[in-house]
Amino acid sequence: MFQIIVTLMIYMLLVIPMGIYLYHVATNKHTFADPVFDRVDRFIYRLGGIDPQKGMGWKKYVMSLIVMNAVMVFIGYLILRIQALPIFNPNGIGAMEPTLSFNTIISFITNTNLQHYSGESGLSYLSQMMVIIFLMFTSAASGYAACVAFVRGLAGKEKDMGNFYVDLVRIITRILLPLSIIVGLFLVWQGVPQNLNANVTVNTIEGNMQDIAMGPIAALESIKHLGTNGGGFLGANSATPLENPTILSNIAELYSMMILPGACVIMFGNMVRNRKKQEKDNTKPKRCLFGSEGRTVFAAMGIMFLIGVFVCYFAEKAGNPALGQAGLSQSMGSMEGKEVRFGIGQSALFTTTTTSFTTGTVNNMHDTLTPIGGMIPLLHMMLNLVFGGKGVGLMNMIMYVILTVFICGLMIGRTPEYLGKKIEGKEMKLTALCIIIHPLLILSFTALAVGTQAGMEGITNPGFHGLSQVLYEYASSAANNGSGFEGLADNTYFWNITTGLAMFFGRYLSIIIQMAIAGSLMKKRFVNETIGTLRTDTKTFTIALVLIVYIFAALTFFPVLSLGPVAEHLTLWN
Amino acid sequence: MKEKLKSSLSGLRKAVLITVILLFLCGLGYPMLLTAIAQVAFPHQANGSLIHIDGQAVGSKLIGQDFKEDYFMKCRPSAVNYNTYSEEQLENGVYGGVASGSNNYAPSNPDLVARVEADIEAFLVENPHLSANDIPTDLMTASGSGLDPHITPESAKIQLTKLVETTGLSMELLEEIVENNTENKLFGIFGENRVNVLGVNIDIAKHMGLIGAQE
Repeated sequence: MFQIIVTLMIYMLLVIPMGIYLYHVATNKHTFADPVFDRVDRFIYRLGGIDPQKGMGWKKYVMSLIVMNAVMVFIGYLILRIQALPIFNPNGIGAMEPTLSFNTIISFITNTNLQHYSGESGLSYLSQMMVIIFLMFTSAASGYAACVAFVRGLAGKEKDMGNFYVDLVRIITRILLPLSIIVGLFLVWQGVPQNLNANVTVNTIEGNMQDIAMGPIAALESIKHLGTNGGGFLGANSATPLENPTILSNIAELYSMMILPGACVIMFGNMVRNRKKQEKDNTKPKRCLFGSEGRTVFAAMGIMFLIGVFVCYFAEKAGNPALGQAGLSQSMGSMEGKEVRFGIGQSALFTTTTTSFTTGTVNNMHDTLTPIGGMIPLLHMMLNLVFGGKGVGLMNMIMYVILTVFICGLMIGRTPEYLGKKIEGKEMKLTALCIIIHPLLILSFTALAVGTQAGMEGITNPGFHGLSQVLYEYASSAANNGSGFEGLADNTYFWNITTGLAMFFGRYLSIIIQMAIAGSLMKKRFVNETIGTLRTDTKTFTIALVLIVYIFAALTFFPVLSLGPVAEHLTLWN
Repeated sequence: MKEKLKSSLSGLRKAVLITVILLFLCGLGYPMLLTAIAQVAFPHQANGSLIHIDGQAVGSKLIGQDFKEDYFMKCRPSAVNYNTYSEEQLENGVYGGVASGSNNYAPSNPDLVARVEADIEAFLVENPHLSANDIPTDLMTASGSGLDPHITPESAKIQLTKLVETTGLSMELLEEIVENNTENKLFGIFGENRVNVLGVNIDIAKHMGLIGAQE
C-alpha cells in the first residue's frame, strides 16, 4: 500500500517536466535539444519530400494519417508472411497464418497489441524488429499526432491543424526514440536481454536441459511501454523475468507507460491556457505547470485512477476463498498468476495502470485476478479515458467534458460553452456518436461471441468467469488496450477476425469523429466569458465530470458486469 | 480532376517514403544501436544473465527451474515447467518448445482448487512435520510467467527441516545459504523480500560436492 503511494508521488514529480517538454515540442517552441534534432528532422523531411511549413485542415490531416497507416499495414503484413526467410531468424520460426497475420497487423497498427500468438514461437527477430518495434513507434506517434492536432483545434489559435508528417516525425525523433534508448539501456542494466542470438539451451545441475529465450527484448520493452503499446516479446509479457527482471525494471516500465499520457494532459492545459492569457493581458505567457483547464481534466482522471488502484489492491489482498477452503493460507493475498518479486502491491498497481493508460502489458495474469480485482481493469478499458494511451485517452476525456458541459448547462439553463466556443447541435451529435461507438462494439461483439458456437469454443474457464473472458477480450480490443484474460483460446478464425474488426473500428472511427469535432470548433468564433458562463476549471466541475463518467459507464455496462465479475464474486464469497 | 489525382498521388508518395524512412530508423537502426551499446556496456545482462559452472551454463539468474531431487529446494508450480525438460521428454514430444505463461485458472475454476489440493498433499508427504496451514501461499500457487525464480523467505524457511535430512548439511549452513540468496525490498519500500531458488540450490550442490566452483 505504502509503496503504491510513494511510487505515484514520484510519478507526479516526473510527469510535469515531461508535460512541459511535450508542450514545447508540440508548439514548435525552443527546446534544449533542438540543435541536434532540427538537423535530423530536416534530413527526413527532405528525403520524404515534405514541406514542414504547409498546414493541413482536419480532413487532410486524418486522410494523411489513414493513408500512412494503410501503407504500414501493407508492408508489415508482407514481412509477417515472409518471416520464415533466414534473415534475423536464428530460431527458425515459420511464416504466420493469414488470419493471424491480419489480426496481428491490425492489432499493432491500432496501438492495441492484442496478441493471439506467442512471441517465443510465433515471430522471428526480423518481425519483432521491423514489424512490431516499428509499428510500436509509428502507431503511438500517430495517436499523439492526432491528439496534438485535436488540441490545436480546441485551442483555436492557428488557422490549421498542423502537418501530420511533421508531428509524426517530431514525436518520434524528439520524444520516443531518445527515451526508448535511455529506458532500454536501463532495462538491460537490470537484466533484460538485448542480443540477436538464438535461444540458449543449458544443462541444469540436475542433469536436465532448460531453454532460455533470447533476442532484442530490451529494445522492444522500452518502446512497448513508452508508446503505451503493450505487446510482449514473450508470451507472458512483462510477467516474465526476462522482460521485467527486478522491482526497478518494474517501476521503470510503470513510469514509461504513465509519463506520456499524463504529459499530454499537461500539454493540453498549457496550449489552451496560452490563448486565454494572451488575450487577457497581451503579454507573453509565463511558465506554468498545468493550466487551469488541464488541471480539471488531470484531477478527474487521477481520482478515477486512485479509486481503481485501491479497489484492485484490496480485492487481491483479500485472497481467494476457494483456496482458503482447500486449506491454503490466504494471508499473502491471491498469489496465483503473480510473481513473488512484485507481490500484491506492485501487481495491483501495474494492472490498474496498464488498463487505465491503455498499454496492455501485464506483470501478472489478469485471468487469474479475483473477480473484483479483475473487474477494475475491465472497467477502466470500458471507460477508456482514465489517462488513456497515446493521446487518445485525452481526446476521449474531452468528449465527456463536452457532454458534462452540455448536461450541466442544460440543468442550470445556460448555453453550453467550452474553452470559449459554443457547443451546438453538430458537436453534440458527433460527441454522442463517438461515446456510443465504444460500448456498441464491446457489447454487440460479446453478444455475437456468446451466441455462436465458434465464440463459445474459446472460453476456457467455467461459469460466470467465461463471460468475463469474452467481455474482457472485446473491451481490450475496442479500447485498443491489448491485455487479455489470456486463458481464452483466441487464435481461431472467429476470434482473429472479430477482434480485428473491433480494434479497427475502435481506433479509426473515434479518431475521425474527434477530429471532426475539433475541426468544427476551430472554425467558430470565440465568445466572451461572462458571468453566465459555466466555468470548467473548478473543483465542482471536476466532480461533476467524474460522476457523469461513472453514471454513463454504469448505465451501459452494469448489466453485463453483474453477469460476469459481480456474479462470480458473489458465488465465490458465499 | 487531374489536379486531384496528382495531389492524392503525391500524398501516397509521401506516405510511402516516410514509412520506409521510419521503418529503417525505428525498425532496424534503433534495435541495432541498442544491441551494440548493450553488448559493450552490459554484456552479462544483455546475454541473459547466465550462470556458468566449470565453464558450462547451468541456468539464468533470472529464471527458475523445475527441481525434482529431494536435496534441492523447490520452486513454485509452473504451467510451462520452467522450460526444463529431460532427453526423453524432448524425444516423445512432452516438451513442445520454449514458452511462458500460466494455466490462467480463474479463482472460481475447480481445476485450480484441484491442482492446489494435489500439490499440498504431495508437499505434506515430503514434509510430514508440517500441516497445510504452515504453507505460505506463494509456494502452492503458479506464477504468471511460469518462470518465477523466487519464493518468499517464509517458503524457503519451511523447506529447511527436510533439506537438513536430505542434504546432510547443518541447519545453520542452510540458513546462511538462504540468507546469501535473499534480496530485500528496495529501500525497504518497493517490491517484496524474495529468495532466489537456483542460487540456493547451486550453493547446496557446492557444499555437497556435487559441482565445482562457480566462475
